[in-house]
Amino acid sequence: MSNIVSYEEREKNFDWSISEKELGYKDGDIINIGWYCSDRICEMGKADKLALIWEGLGGVEKKYTFDDIRINSNKFGAFLRGLGIKNEDRICLFMDKIPELYIGFLGVLKIGAIAQPLFSAFGDESLHVRLDNAETTAIITQRKHVGKVRKLLEKSPYLKYVIIVDHDGKKPLKERELTFDMESYEEPKDFEIFPTKAESASVLHYTSGTTGQPKGVKHVHYSLISQYLTTKWVLDLQEDDIYWCTADPGWVTGTSYGIIGCWSLGITQCVLDTGFSATSWYEFIQKRKVTMWYSAPTAIRSLMKAGDEVVKQYDLSSLRHLASVGEPLNSEAVIWSEKVYGIAFQDNYWQTETGSIMIANYPGMKVKPGSMGRPFPGITAAVVDSKTFEPLSEPGKIGLIAFRPGWPAMMRTYWENEETYKSKFKNDWYLPGDRASIDKEGYFWFVGRDDDVINTGGHLVSPFEVESALLEHEAVAESAVVAKPDEVNMEVVKAFVTLKAGYKPDDMLELSIMNFIRKKLSPLAMPQEIEYVDSLPKTRSGKIMRRLLHAKEWGEEIGDTSTLEDDE
Amino acid sequence: MEEMKDEILEYVIDEYIEDEDDEITYDTPLISSGIVDSFSMVSLKRFLEAKYQISIPDEKASPEAFDTVNSIVVLVKEFIG
Repeated sequence: MSNIVSYEEREKNFDWSISEKELGYKDGDIINIGWYCSDRICEMGKADKLALIWEGLGGVEKKYTFDDIRINSNKFGAFLRGLGIKNEDRICLFMDKIPELYIGFLGVLKIGAIAQPLFSAFGDESLHVRLDNAETTAIITQRKHVGKVRKLLEKSPYLKYVIIVDHDGKKPLKERELTFDMESYEEPKDFEIFPTKAESASVLHYTSGTTGQPKGVKHVHYSLISQYLTTKWVLDLQEDDIYWCTADPGWVTGTSYGIIGCWSLGITQCVLDTGFSATSWYEFIQKRKVTMWYSAPTAIRSLMKAGDEVVKQYDLSSLRHLASVGEPLNSEAVIWSEKVYGIAFQDNYWQTETGSIMIANYPGMKVKPGSMGRPFPGITAAVVDSKTFEPLSEPGKIGLIAFRPGWPAMMRTYWENEETYKSKFKNDWYLPGDRASIDKEGYFWFVGRDDDVINTGGHLVSPFEVESALLEHEAVAESAVVAKPDEVNMEVVKAFVTLKAGYKPDDMLELSIMNFIRKKLSPLAMPQEIEYVDSLPKTRSGKIMRRLLHAKEWGEEIGDTSTLEDDE
Repeated sequence: MEEMKDEILEYVIDEYIEDEDDEITYDTPLISSGIVDSFSMVSLKRFLEAKYQISIPDEKASPEAFDTVNSIVVLVKEFIG
């Protein structure tokens, strides 16, 4: 039987106190995610249960029990505290999916500091703007990423420590650099967990918007209440499950459901820290006997592309429940997954700001392929008119997705950017910036973004950030960046550029621009296509009309061009 | 053949290797190790097409075909003719 049992019944009788009671939390108590994900599980008699099965390249394996997680996160905490790091200091975790990332995250939380996980493929500029905004005190990283960190040290005076978790002693450390070896570090005696409360800051995840620099989404320890229950009811994790969340903890799914959700439930999870290929993923599921698999549409579509035959070469019979998040899961992928795995991927919807799953398909509930599902019990969701912000009652009518604020994992603000935070609320609704419709049975259907932000492979990329970076390339005079449709990633970045005098468009220049952005920002932000143009369409006031370029890429109506200065 | 191998290896080292101590050979896994991710594979493909004046169809640009310098050379040679 599924954990949720009946969606309808849960919806009728819902209160977040269900989660609070199960976690033994009462209003005003100390609540620390680090403790809930390790110490509490040990106190429940599961100290020897496996918490993490990690596999790297070549099948290298590491295993950690919940007691190992407890001890090692304490080591992280003690080490950081020894450096003088205190509660509310921002500590960046800049690592691949290695055990130190997962365990270090809890260690940071245990001392009341704020964990700032960043995707390790970020280039030095992307890293710098995020550290700068948060005025991060320390960065925990690997030897392979130290080069990027060194590039920004001079302009980051607030960054006191660069902590390297795998230093091999071959090269001398530079200024501000320290080493921390989790395995050999002595277990601290009488380690005290910082008494964080419900509203104490926990995690700072960065997300991109249409304009301006990336925004730091501030979450608090009370988010656990949502993350615990959504994991239990949507992902349906049960005592003997072997769970695989393929998301990287550099992004919110990787922390909310790749660390907090599963470990607060005392569930064993496995992590594969290698690149993607259909064979390596199937082999991993077979070898680890994965039962619950939480992945993303881009990965599912890549597996579809690899074909049905390869699936037959592996024993995937351990799988019992599949879920997906990141961007809308197209109906073809849902139907295909049911055909080849015998179980359909169930889509769910949420975002960095919401902190936990908001709309989902649930075990036992009828799945409508292509739909995001229905709101999680306790979540008031609607589709509202884009001008009046009043709910649209007519089934199938497209409007803005809206949530009534008040669920535990909702962001508390954007770091140092209260104005933008406030702008997300209209008519007492929180607007995540996506458009959808609702059918007669209350299922939500995703339509698209309501702004220019590009959703590529489930990650948001700011066109503004890419355009600004493009202008730093020696050959680029002007740039405009839009989403381009893509079969696997839903959208990819496309750039239109005009060149400075003396530069001629050719393949090598295109490659040079692509690599420039890849290294400066990230592979996700790298334009997959660059189109050279003589001029960019602009309004009379000189603003580049991305809308026009976007419409061209998507074969849509161009609309009103009366303010256009120069139509190409 | 050897020249092409060295050109591609040099490009991979220059563009994708962050830790200069990492030793990369013709057989080092690039995609399955995560050195080159699926997004970056696009720029690697673009390099091969520009450098060797070929066009590699998307269906041929699989993670397996791009996984090592040796496998990339086999792929490129298929299109050089």
